[in-house]
Amino acid sequence: MNFGFTEEQDLLRDQVRKFLDAQSPVSRVREIMHTDEGFDRQIWQQIADLGWLGLVVDPEHDGVGLGFVDLIVILEEMGKSLFPSPFIAHSLAASTLDELASDDQKKRYLNDLACGRKIGTIALLDIHDLPNADSISLSGVVHQDGVILSGKKTFVMDADSADLFVVAFKDQHAIYLALISRDQTGVSTQGSATMDLTKRTGSLELDHVKVAPQDLILATAENISRLLDKAAVAVTAEVIGAAEAVIYMTSSYAKDRIQFDNPIGKYQGVKHRLAEMYVDVESFKSLLYYAAWCVKESPAELARSASLAKAYASDAFSQIGTDGVQLHGAIGFTQEYDMQLYLKRSKWARPIFGDADYHYERIHQLSVTD
Amino acid sequence: MQQVILKEEMAKRQAPPLGTCMMGLAWVGPGIIQYGTEEQKKRFIPDILNSKYHWCTGYSEPNVGSDLAALQCKAVLDGDHYVINGTKIWTSLAPFAQWISMLVRTDNFGATTTKHDGITALLVDLSSAGIAIKPIENMAGGKVFAQIFFDDVRVPVNNRLGKEGQGWAVTISSLANERSSIGEVTAMYAKLDGLKTLVKDSQRQGKPAMEDQRIRRRLAVFEAKIEAMRLNGLRYLTRQIKGEPLSSETSVNKLHRADLEVEMSDFAIDVLGQSGLQLGNQIETVDRGKWAKESLGWPNVVIGGGTPNIQKNIIAERILGLPKD
Repeated sequence: MNFGFTEEQDLLRDQVRKFLDAQSPVSRVREIMHTDEGFDRQIWQQIADLGWLGLVVDPEHDGVGLGFVDLIVILEEMGKSLFPSPFIAHSLAASTLDELASDDQKKRYLNDLACGRKIGTIALLDIHDLPNADSISLSGVVHQDGVILSGKKTFVMDADSADLFVVAFKDQHAIYLALISRDQTGVSTQGSATMDLTKRTGSLELDHVKVAPQDLILATAENISRLLDKAAVAVTAEVIGAAEAVIYMTSSYAKDRIQFDNPIGKYQGVKHRLAEMYVDVESFKSLLYYAAWCVKESPAELARSASLAKAYASDAFSQIGTDGVQLHGAIGFTQEYDMQLYLKRSKWARPIFGDADYHYERIHQLSVTD
Repeated sequence: MQQVILKEEMAKRQAPPLGTCMMGLAWVGPGIIQYGTEEQKKRFIPDILNSKYHWCTGYSEPNVGSDLAALQCKAVLDGDHYVINGTKIWTSLAPFAQWISMLVRTDNFGATTTKHDGITALLVDLSSAGIAIKPIENMAGGKVFAQIFFDDVRVPVNNRLGKEGQGWAVTISSLANERSSIGEVTAMYAKLDGLKTLVKDSQRQGKPAMEDQRIRRRLAVFEAKIEAMRLNGLRYLTRQIKGEPLSSETSVNKLHRADLEVEMSDFAIDVLGQSGLQLGNQIETVDRGKWAKESLGWPNVVIGGGTPNIQKNIIAERILGLPKD
């Protein structure tokens, strides 16, 4: 029995922490998040050199060949530092190709993603509050020459930065994933920042875009479900780091801030709320670690375990973000103080890839079909 | 580890709970194994394992609850015996036990530097002269706890667990054993299954209760908390096996357990409506009043072993490093 990380994973965590502390402390994050692109291409290249961009890609395609348990180690630390980059979108695109693409497709696309020569993202859904295959409405008719796609995908993570889009559509028989490059005729994007400036989204417009048959992947509803589960796992891993940062910042403040002649952390109204935050983070952390393990080791359990983690974390982190600001008092909602950045992240993390209502309902449905 | 496996397997097969021998197996036995002399181990462990003797633990006193180290029940050394005078209260299972593992004050009240010093653990035969046990009825009508009075009770020195003045350390390790609660998770899952069956068989506002999305969500929230308890427990156990000392992480599951005990039994009453209010065997009573009894029975688990507020203090002070209040 082993419900802990390996020594290698602990070393990876140290490496990530040292790297982010040196290259992207929150002061630097604040500069990056106000740029047009919203991320720093120099740091991105360094990450590529460290192998993180191909972490979950087969070594045969220039990847490192590790799994989601390793990926979440990086993501937890990125969440702690609010590191702005297309890392989640890119890793999900790479992982999708790694699992579903043909050898030829991998040679043409995956090596570039794993080395960081290109940035990938996923554009799956057209309805976002029901993250499953039923929410794909983009359609096209696939024939021997491929397909011509017209339509608009909204809320595509890092739409403006991506070079390669994994786009889901339906024809009358099946679900497909189309591999579409930014430089193809008829492809355009309209990027936008969310209230969390470290997280970029956007729309992908397709105007009679021709997709060749060799750029299509025949997919199933289960493939889409698994991909969205991996997305929920990735996002929740960042939530762990961000929530721990809130607890750390707020506990530190509560030890220093004197009111009524005592540090406010001495008062149970403050200390008990911090203890409750700790209980919640420990708990969705355990749920998330198990879900990440299921990606490779127990795929049949992934749906339930990912939903448990995302459901718990969505509600809990949202409360943690709010209370983190509130326990700081007025300083907590100034632009200058970092706490507000974490509150914005907690708002961002709530609806993405399914909110708590969606995932709790799904947990129920899964328990009925067992 | 062995305890975890035993409890999980027992709960899976829906074996009756360990009941009155639980205290010995879960708390007293591990304490004797860790702190007892060879003679004490030989004398007590076999009878705990074969359940010949039932044990209870004497911590709380009438004026001493959460602030356990302020306990007053005293023992004075007289030759090769301690003489105990005082009282213990809220002692679970005392009416059914033959032995008690208890804490007494052996210093001369204030001679030592802190109140944690001068506390000693004793193993006491409840049939000793000078002991009176008065059962206390709880709000669910059960009589599982009691007040125990000690009037010049003589206990041989070789029944002392650990050194004189070491009782606080002995207790902390017992309470940590109690808070790990991994084995309870399978029983919580069984209770959740019971709730699901109850919902399937129930109507709300003229429709099957399961069609109510709020009902489904509450069930799923229970499932998330129980699964989190299971995985927290396994994560902490892994750390212990690797030899990393735990701080007070086991309080996390104790808090979940406390919430769930109250919320799950209240949920059952919500689903049942007025027929959930009957404790007895009236014609309308569902499941022989089981849910009603559970909705009043939670304090055993929620308050015993440290109230939720105390657990939160423990986490805030020992793990987050906040100042003591």
